[in-house]
Amino acid sequence: MSSTKPRKSVHLAAHFPGVNNTTVWSDPASKSQIDFESFVHLARTAERGLFDFFFLAEGLRLREHLGRIHDLDVVGRPDTFTVLNALAGVTEKLGLAGTINSTYNEPFELAKQFASLDHLSGGRAAWNVVTSSDAFTGENFRRGGYLEHSDRYRRAAETVEVARALWDSWPADTLVVDRDAGVFAKDIPETRHRGRQFDIAARFVLPPSPQGHPVLLQAGDSDDGREFGAATADAIFTGHGTLEAGRTFYADMKGRLAKYGRGHDELKILPAATFVLGDTAAEAEERARHIRYQQVGPQTAIAFLEQVWGRDLSGYDPDGPLPDVDPSGDVNITRGRVRHAKDPRAVAEAWRAKAEAENLSIRELIIEVTARQQFVGTPAEVAERIDEYVQTDAADGFILVPHLTPGGLDEFVDRVVPELQERGSFRTEYAGDTLRDHLGLRHPHHRTSVHEGARAS
Amino acid sequence: MPDSDFFLAVELAGTGAHPASWRRRDSRAEDLFTARYWVDAITAVEKAGADAVFLPDSFGLQPGGAATAQGRLDAVAIAARAAAATHRIGLLPQAPVTHTEPFHLSKAIASLDFATLGRAGWEVTVSEGAEQAKAFGRKSPQEPAALWHEADEAVEVVTRLWDSWEDDAEIRDLPTGRFIDREKLHYIDYAGDYFSVKGPSITPRSPQGQPIVAVRADEGPSIQVAVRRADLIRIAPPDLDAAHARRAALRSALLSADRDPDAVRVLIDIDVHLAGTAERAYEELAELDRWSASGTAPRSGAPAATGSVLRHIGTGDSLTELLAAVSDSGAADGVVLRPLAVEATLRHLATAPPAPATTLRERLDLPRPPSRYATIQEGTPS
Repeated sequence: MSSTKPRKSVHLAAHFPGVNNTTVWSDPASKSQIDFESFVHLARTAERGLFDFFFLAEGLRLREHLGRIHDLDVVGRPDTFTVLNALAGVTEKLGLAGTINSTYNEPFELAKQFASLDHLSGGRAAWNVVTSSDAFTGENFRRGGYLEHSDRYRRAAETVEVARALWDSWPADTLVVDRDAGVFAKDIPETRHRGRQFDIAARFVLPPSPQGHPVLLQAGDSDDGREFGAATADAIFTGHGTLEAGRTFYADMKGRLAKYGRGHDELKILPAATFVLGDTAAEAEERARHIRYQQVGPQTAIAFLEQVWGRDLSGYDPDGPLPDVDPSGDVNITRGRVRHAKDPRAVAEAWRAKAEAENLSIRELIIEVTARQQFVGTPAEVAERIDEYVQTDAADGFILVPHLTPGGLDEFVDRVVPELQERGSFRTEYAGDTLRDHLGLRHPHHRTSVHEGARAS
Repeated sequence: MPDSDFFLAVELAGTGAHPASWRRRDSRAEDLFTARYWVDAITAVEKAGADAVFLPDSFGLQPGGAATAQGRLDAVAIAARAAAATHRIGLLPQAPVTHTEPFHLSKAIASLDFATLGRAGWEVTVSEGAEQAKAFGRKSPQEPAALWHEADEAVEVVTRLWDSWEDDAEIRDLPTGRFIDREKLHYIDYAGDYFSVKGPSITPRSPQGQPIVAVRADEGPSIQVAVRRADLIRIAPPDLDAAHARRAALRSALLSADRDPDAVRVLIDIDVHLAGTAERAYEELAELDRWSASGTAPRSGAPAATGSVLRHIGTGDSLTELLAAVSDSGAADGVVLRPLAVEATLRHLATAPPAPATTLRERLDLPRPPSRYATIQEGTPS
């Protein structure tokens, strides 16, 4: 490790297991995906491990496969705000981050909901802003849901702009509570916004919350998404798995900050990561292999194939060779999830070639092409690898995605966190009370004054 | 407190229903935007043996200008924040439907039901006026008839979504690799004048199946919506005779709407101020009224500190007597106490022995309804 730079602190967050095949429901240790106790367990474990935040993803339409509701993976999730507010009651320091779509929500309501979460949690709220141009999901909303792709980030940016204006709209001395003079609050000014997406005039209903602005996370990887993140976000939630890809992305994102007048440390890069631990490297590898087979059962293997082939392949043997028929070209066979194949014929050919060369069955092939276990090893090895990513600027930390609900983080907290602490890369106690404190982010009102100072000099 | 099946709820409106309540020394007005304030108040109501707490909400600021306590936290958020700190009390946040999405509302209340193990409800309200319409910028202000027609559709969408997963949809069937039985998840395919919503919900059916729906029905088109949709109907009559008449009218309207009047509870609002003695309670009320009169004059539209609603000024004991009298009178199935000054009244509410933890539905003696879609499916081969 180079000694010219001070050691960076690793940031860790806990992702509640999601609704895809990486979440293993068939394991005997897998409990409810929806009971509140499951959320309490994961959040308290993350807080015991001194994590920065708990992270809750969102989906607004059940996925479909072959025209019917997909039934092989975990299904069913709660409302983001309700769960995060309820978790604020069973944790004290842990940040509470939730995905909320900026396409199917209105800025005034979102501003009120996030400010409420920030007040009620004492400054621990974070918003992962996502967008959608998906008419399929839109069928659940009165807007009818279709937003041109190019408008997605315009709407997202305007949504955030309006929310921030509302969060800032009570001047610092508005809340007076002077009993003798009979003045509770001075005049609350009206916030006006007229843009391409919104025409709004409103007086906000809450004083500034403990963090000023809840922390903003962002996850889009397109060029539009990266610009939006560089201009707006406090942290980026990415999926760049390898060290090299991580460093390239990290450098790209940090490089985009300057044009928005932002400093290098004002944006944290936090990739999602999975992990498997063992007492020895060999044991960890064996557990990882077992988990991959749990994640890709026979029916799931066929379903993955059907996504590329665009047709019903239920007659094929998951333990047999890949189909010799060609894909139908129907890329809409699975809806409500990220598509794996932009060019199904090319993918099918590549998969056939790989299966033939390595003598893989359908299930083995799917396991090979979908496996995303990133950190596999002993606790010391995993700690070292995580630290390497952070110290060499491939990441500022990780959002850990356990494969089991809700106990999937227990072993990491018990065994890897102490290793990181021993290396001097991870906190041994929370230094502050708010999520901004944990992430080392400035209060937004300080940020504004810093910029003014920078411009003046 | 009267026992039996008489329903006792408390509405917590900021520091109190009286616009000057925040000026009391004990109001904790500085804490109004903290979790501590709300958790303390809600747990105090629970300790008093009440069945439920109502939490008002709106997208607009309270009228009355600088002299009133302005600002409010999201009511569903407050209820969720109090979930883990409470064990018996029903939580009924208000949520307006005029500018919001029923899909979001449906999962928010269902998730509150999961977090409270079946103590969630929802008081349906609408957002009147230009101020809130401009805060969203999506549509013009609507007339009451249109607002409540939209609300009627919103409740239909929300309750269909609550039923869109049958109770036993999650099967975790290892041999077939299926986590759910997709035959037990249902598209709601709702298409009305204001909404078209496909469904199903992303949230499974919650502990109560259908969380409790409350609607205020004093006048106008809200009455029909309450009669069609509500488990709890709130009214604010000027006296017990009026309460009697309104409850009788509601029960006959329920019959005409093909609903069982015994499956709907009518609750009357009673404004309350309690102190150690009745004299003290009256003195304190007079002080509140003096503050209101001397403060910055409330703008038009501000709620009157006094008015044509039932009120009780006195002690905890005299309140207990009043509630017994209301219960005996048959004028209502329960009451919603509205403390004029929250801290003062909660301090003087009698505490009751802890009631057994049940769902809000069980407390109301209302059956847990089966999913409407499960009923349709009965008898069809799978």
